[in-house]
Amino acid sequence: MTPFDFNPFGRRNLPKKISEQEEKKLSEKNWVKCPSCGVLIYDKQLKDNMNICPKCEYLFRLNSTDRIKLIFDENTFEEKFNDIEPKDVLNFSDRIPYSQRLKEAKNKTGLKEAIRVGTGSINNIKVATGIMDFGFIGGSMGVVVGEKIVRIVEFATQEKLPLTIFSSSGGARMQEGMYSLVQMARTAAVIGRYQKAGGFYISVLTHPTTGGVSASFAFLGDVIIAEPGALIGFAGPRVIEQTTKQKLPSGFQTSEFLLEHGQIDKIVKRKQLKQCINTLFGFYEKGKQT
Amino acid sequence: MKCIKKRSLPFENSVDLIEERIEEIELDGLSESDKTKIERLKSQKIKELEKIYNKLSRWETVQVARHQDRPKTPDIVQQLIPGYVVLSGDRLFRDDPAIYAAIGIFHGQNLMIIGHDRGNGTKEKIRNNFGMANPEGYHKAIRLMRLAEKFNAPVLTLIDTQGAYPGIQAEEMGQSAAIATNLRDMFSIKVPIICVVIGEGGSGGALGIGVGNYVAMLKNSIYSVISPEGCASILWRDATKASKAAEKLQLTATDLIKRSLIDEIIPEPFGGAQRNQKETIQNIDEFLSKTLKKYAKMSAKDITADRYSKFRKLATQDI
Repeated sequence: MTPFDFNPFGRRNLPKKISEQEEKKLSEKNWVKCPSCGVLIYDKQLKDNMNICPKCEYLFRLNSTDRIKLIFDENTFEEKFNDIEPKDVLNFSDRIPYSQRLKEAKNKTGLKEAIRVGTGSINNIKVATGIMDFGFIGGSMGVVVGEKIVRIVEFATQEKLPLTIFSSSGGARMQEGMYSLVQMARTAAVIGRYQKAGGFYISVLTHPTTGGVSASFAFLGDVIIAEPGALIGFAGPRVIEQTTKQKLPSGFQTSEFLLEHGQIDKIVKRKQLKQCINTLFGFYEKGKQT
Repeated sequence: MKCIKKRSLPFENSVDLIEERIEEIELDGLSESDKTKIERLKSQKIKELEKIYNKLSRWETVQVARHQDRPKTPDIVQQLIPGYVVLSGDRLFRDDPAIYAAIGIFHGQNLMIIGHDRGNGTKEKIRNNFGMANPEGYHKAIRLMRLAEKFNAPVLTLIDTQGAYPGIQAEEMGQSAAIATNLRDMFSIKVPIICVVIGEGGSGGALGIGVGNYVAMLKNSIYSVISPEGCASILWRDATKASKAAEKLQLTATDLIKRSLIDEIIPEPFGGAQRNQKETIQNIDEFLSKTLKKYAKMSAKDITADRYSKFRKLATQDI
């Protein structure tokens, strides 16, 4: 499910692999090693620095809670539609039963699904939002992820709120089969209606955004922003390499590569992200007033 | 006759044996007793096919769905809309032959057909990228759906692809954005869209032309979030577990109609569509005439609303 988890092939700062043993040893002493530059960071220092390596600016992944802290004004995020939970509709099992994967993901993250949706304020502008969490089965999109997006976008349409979604996902959730594939069309449908009604949607792509998520709501933003060095694409790099038998160009499928190829509007550093989103929403609000 | 053998599937051995015996008798010249023997063998063959095809496993269905003799989009175009005109190009970059499109007249009414084309023979297959479309293919498809509005022509999309092409250039040209845009913009097409999976419905590359008011599948086709091979290599870390993955993914027409994820199953002749293209296409013809009638009196507004509400409800019965 998380083919890019430990090997974000093609990222600009190709991380060196850190063995699990070493990682464990370090974490016992509250240290984290940067996979890009190798510097040792005290874990509280890393957290205080928004999970950015103080030396080389390598971006460690942010979970949804830290992402909410980063973007929204203090205590303004109100979660919605959190009453629906994923089910093992196909009775799917591979090496591990899907029901067990769900249980483990819930315990690990404290979340019910790979996305949280709701409303919040960004420098006093109220917006509707979705924040994906890669820690929950690779941020994959099943029925409930799709339905939560559908509901929050419908809500944004009714309430005439601006919309921003932070993506971080390996793609569709295989364990839900066709139920998950059709979520691509369902999320695209509501975003189409929202945009037709005059809504403004900023899509923020974080490492990684691929597959069924990138090929649906994530690439439908009126403005698309990416964090530096994120892996973004439709197919995973390994699949492309195997299919085409070609060597992938350096930096292939990074944010920088996508910007160069006209696929996204901007790359914004984590520390400037809130300000940038606020500025864009500010333009939108101003346009509505005049 | 070697050629027939090569194209039959591994689980059809018993049928091959009967066919071989019929050929042997035919080669020796036909006496009256031979003729009755052949008749008997032929009915035996039909029974055998019935037996095999009534209990195809999901993995066997995957193999039937991928059979190279199944009717492809150009075959269906030829039979459904004789006198058709082929249309090409995305107006941006190039024509993607993995998507084949034509407009013509179907029982007195305009009809636009847009479908994946895997191609016949090695040369064509390579040219068509084995039916795996690039972004320009999806751009072409949506352009022609908009054109169909001008002709007041309903759109029939035919799905037959392993998936969208995972290539370097495909990524550079925005495969994600192309599929995402189609998914969104197909909802605003003002003519009815009917989708039929005719072979393999592979992932986002299939859905990219699969947003229809009504979605049907040929009996032995498949529709899946990921190929069984891809699923096996990710979840089992072993691509040879594809047959297991196929079972778990529940990707056959029978699986999907039970779960209301598709609307209808179009029957195939005994022994699969690959044994009788003409009859298969005739079945599609009957299905389409019947289905289009439902939309004949709908306004453009109702047609788009119908498509939206279908997908709004889709797959949510368990929430």
